[in-house]
Amino acid sequence: MSNEGQIYRISGPVVTAKGMSAAMYDVVRVGEEGLMGEVIEIHGDQSVIQVYEDTSGIRPGEPVLNTQETLSVALGPGLLTQIYDGIQRPLQTLEEQMGFFITRGVDADAFDMEKTWTFEPVASVGDEVSGGNVIGHVQETETIVHKIMIPPNVSGTIKSIESGDFNVTQTVATLEDGTEIQMMQKWPVRSPRPFQTKYAPDTPLITGMRILDFLFPLAKGGAAGIPGPFGSGKTVTQQSLAKYSDAQIVVYIGCGERGNEMTEVLDEFPHLIDPNTGKPLMNRTVMIANTSNMPVAAREASVYTGITIAEYFRDMGYDVALMADSTSRWAEAMREISSRLEEMPGEEGYPAYLSSRIAEFYERAGRVNTLSGEDGSVTAIGAVSPPGGDISEPVSQGTLRIVKVFWGLDAGLARQRHFPAINWLNSYSLYPPSLDQWYRDNIGQDFPEIRTAISGLLQIEAELQEIVQLVGSDALPVDQQLTLEVARMIREYFLQQNGFDPIDAYCDINLQYRMAKAVLTFQDAAKSAMGAGSALSDVVNVPARSALLRGRFEEGYIDRIDDMVKAMVDEIEATVEEN
Amino acid sequence: MAGKEYRTITDVKGPLVFLNKTEPVAYGEIVSLRLSNGDIKNGQVLDTSDDMVVVQVFEGTAKVDRQAGVTFLGDVFKLPVSTDLVGRILDGAGRPRDGGPEIVADEKADIIGAAINPYSRQSPHDFIQTGISAIDCCTTLVRGQKLPIFSASGLPHNDIALQIARQAKLKDSDEEFIVVFCAMGITAEEYNFFRSDLERTGALENAVLFVNLADDPAVERIITPRLALTAAEYLAFEQDYHVLVIYTDMTNYCDALRQIGAAREEVPGRRGYPGYMYTDLAMLYERAGIVKGKKGSITQFPILTMPGDDITHPIPDLSGYITEGQIVISRELHQQGIYPPINVLPSLSRLMGSCIGEKTTRDDHKKVSDQMYAAYAQGRELRGLVAIVGEDALNERDKQLLDFSAIFEDRFLRQSRDEDRSIDETLDLCWELMSNIDTKYLVRLDEELIAKYHPENRA
Ligand SMILES: Nc1ncnc2c1ncn2[C@@H]1O[C@H](COP(=O)(O)OP(=O)(O)O)[C@@H](O)[C@H]1O
Ligand SMILES: [Mg+2]
Repeated sequence: MSNEGQIYRISGPVVTAKGMSAAMYDVVRVGEEGLMGEVIEIHGDQSVIQVYEDTSGIRPGEPVLNTQETLSVALGPGLLTQIYDGIQRPLQTLEEQMGFFITRGVDADAFDMEKTWTFEPVASVGDEVSGGNVIGHVQETETIVHKIMIPPNVSGTIKSIESGDFNVTQTVATLEDGTEIQMMQKWPVRSPRPFQTKYAPDTPLITGMRILDFLFPLAKGGAAGIPGPFGSGKTVTQQSLAKYSDAQIVVYIGCGERGNEMTEVLDEFPHLIDPNTGKPLMNRTVMIANTSNMPVAAREASVYTGITIAEYFRDMGYDVALMADSTSRWAEAMREISSRLEEMPGEEGYPAYLSSRIAEFYERAGRVNTLSGEDGSVTAIGAVSPPGGDISEPVSQGTLRIVKVFWGLDAGLARQRHFPAINWLNSYSLYPPSLDQWYRDNIGQDFPEIRTAISGLLQIEAELQEIVQLVGSDALPVDQQLTLEVARMIREYFLQQNGFDPIDAYCDINLQYRMAKAVLTFQDAAKSAMGAGSALSDVVNVPARSALLRGRFEEGYIDRIDDMVKAMVDEIEATVEEN
Repeated sequence: MAGKEYRTITDVKGPLVFLNKTEPVAYGEIVSLRLSNGDIKNGQVLDTSDDMVVVQVFEGTAKVDRQAGVTFLGDVFKLPVSTDLVGRILDGAGRPRDGGPEIVADEKADIIGAAINPYSRQSPHDFIQTGISAIDCCTTLVRGQKLPIFSASGLPHNDIALQIARQAKLKDSDEEFIVVFCAMGITAEEYNFFRSDLERTGALENAVLFVNLADDPAVERIITPRLALTAAEYLAFEQDYHVLVIYTDMTNYCDALRQIGAAREEVPGRRGYPGYMYTDLAMLYERAGIVKGKKGSITQFPILTMPGDDITHPIPDLSGYITEGQIVISRELHQQGIYPPINVLPSLSRLMGSCIGEKTTRDDHKKVSDQMYAAYAQGRELRGLVAIVGEDALNERDKQLLDFSAIFEDRFLRQSRDEDRSIDETLDLCWELMSNIDTKYLVRLDEELIAKYHPENRA
């Protein structure tokens, strides 16, 4: 059989070809227009192909050509600041070539092949190198040095190495055996990139969101799931993570979601400053946008394109954070293709391999020792969109089985405009035991104890609320009424954080710690004042307390908070004397 | 290409016809069927191979037998577009329904539509004043947004949609919208209601209607909204119009999708709807918006009726995952005699933040809206508590909030069907109503705004 065959059947995005030799995941060109597709099943001399573009108007009998490459991404300088579709075509190039509607049959290089970059060698002639070794640096954006690495399966002795301006396909080094090294390499998206060893994570990914960093922390190299019904805040949370988390590189995948949300990111990020570097956020960001109305097969590919790019930056020794909004749309793309293949369905029509695909995806996260011996990590955060908000469905369950952090968004909280609408009673993180040392050493010796105190108060509040529902709060003893006030303070002052507030949207971890302590200080001061005869309402209403609460919306709060807490304590103590 | 007629039908099932021994037929190609009695039906290719072709017949397969002749027309479904569409009434397949002439095409546009490149989109930011307080204050509509009405049978969603169509305008501008109206399986009575209202107000001259009624072929509903959106895209992006697309009822559309899925023996998703319904709906809803460098825009108002008033039913659920918010109509408020019975609590406009404030509406809009919402939400919740412990158990603050929730419904929500409140009137009304609550409980308003707008300080 040859590389060329004919179309036998077309059913939506799935095309069957006859008479063509093929291996699984070969990339093929379908029809007269050469639409890109990938072999996903082989039966006798028929290859079943998922096509990444619309198939209307294509006929049986048209040619199919096997390129014999597997679906790969191009990796090299030029990735950062780009926005791609699911198969790594830059949306800007697509616009230049076809206008504002995405039509089909257009190929586009992943980045500018002509553009030159200044290559500074860091290896020398005679060096023994192997896959992953860094041989040179390119200052890709203001903040990021792109490290040029030997491709994973190559090794040898450097015979020559250049210095100066090159484009990504020009040779910058040659090995003794004649292998030429360019700044661009390719990697098949469905295979994880290799590393030496995986470590247990021990450092938190600091996000600037109090409920996350404080109560349900995520480790660098960890994985988290954010399930929630529509309108509960999945996208706002993912975008906040992309803006504020202390990763060095961010890969943001808009997978089967709204077009306008990607436009918003594109409009906003170039003007936003990364609180960790003080430079525009775009410098560290790669975006993938395969919106809900773009071809589903490319949506299926988009998460792999994204995680492969993330792994590539990890291999340079960076901490990478990847957001996928929403993994449910990826799962639905699998379901759609699977049903066209007439595969035996599992639960709710999803293919039987759904949960293993989800697990394989999150397994590509991790903190590793790279091939070049550096430390790097990929942290993966997936939004999940359960039908009707009910997480007993297969995608939520498949995700919860593998991730160690569950940030459960709650429609009720969103309706009360409590944002982020993360339910503190059912969310969890399994990382605190491995991160507590970091928190003690870097933020405060008593950090874990404060966390326990805060979450304990929230638990007690939940129990007390049940009683209040029946008898009203006035019927409770005053010490319990105080507990309710303290818990309210935790919710409204500490947990609530408007993602759009110019100041409060990002909260320094040291400030988080002081705010949590401020709540506990209030509790102590109130308790002793009330023990000495003060009324709860007097204690709650001291002016210095409202000043403390409002302070978080003002610049420089971190410098003032300790004094404000002191003023509050003084005023609370003074309520005793007034009595 | 067109020409050869095949008589090779093997099976007829539900809305589908299966035939074999054809020349190569394109995926998505349109098809004409000639029945033995001379009737003509239309369809589209859903699956094609060397051995077998599956055709979906828009008019349904009644009277189709194995002798029917099938002709493939060599092209995918296209709509002739021109500005002559404006003022016309077409049927669910795009043929004149008003007795007028065929549309003379400037060009023919593929009705499936291509995805707008996210890189080419322009974020919507122009405030549309609908004159309905609940919408303008709490779930503000933005030009280029897709904002569905989640309703249920027997509720006045049509009145609300028409009131919006009549009153919608940019603040301080009389730039008009062109209305593209798309009926899918609604009753003749509902349709007449829409048509006569558009006629009465003169809007019909500036509208295009695509009409598939309850007794029209169900499968045709799959293409009706695509025709409407194709017309909308032409008018918006090639003729610079601002287009408001109203389509009703999405529930009938989804039921037609389910019918086809069942006939193809596909593995069904939730409640029997196809697993690809999310993608399919997205291919309609995402055809809203604005693109850079173009003057026009498409704003969408899909109407859907929630089966069993259940917002978690797949139709509202999948819609809510795609659209930029939702306006929820409440049976309870309707039964209290309140029009428009909009429940602001589960309603949301995701784009509101981009179009309100000092430069566009008023400096107090955001805070007023938050405060109205919070006070009403708390008041409503207290109704539950009062039912158990009685009103006397409430403290002063709670009593005020409870009373406020009734005032909110009676004076803020309630307005007449032709009452067109400006945004200033709406916001002033909010202040007037909030003055029933002690200022110390209005924690979401700041002192500056209170000094500027509170009735006590304005008098
Ligand atoms: N952290 C937040 N701060 C402020 N508003 C929020 C926050 N999260 C969600 N919202 C509000 O809720 C709306 C829906 O949030 P979104 O993230 O789009 O939900 P989802 O992606 O779950 O459908 C937003 O438009 C915004 O008004
Ligand atoms: Mg979202």
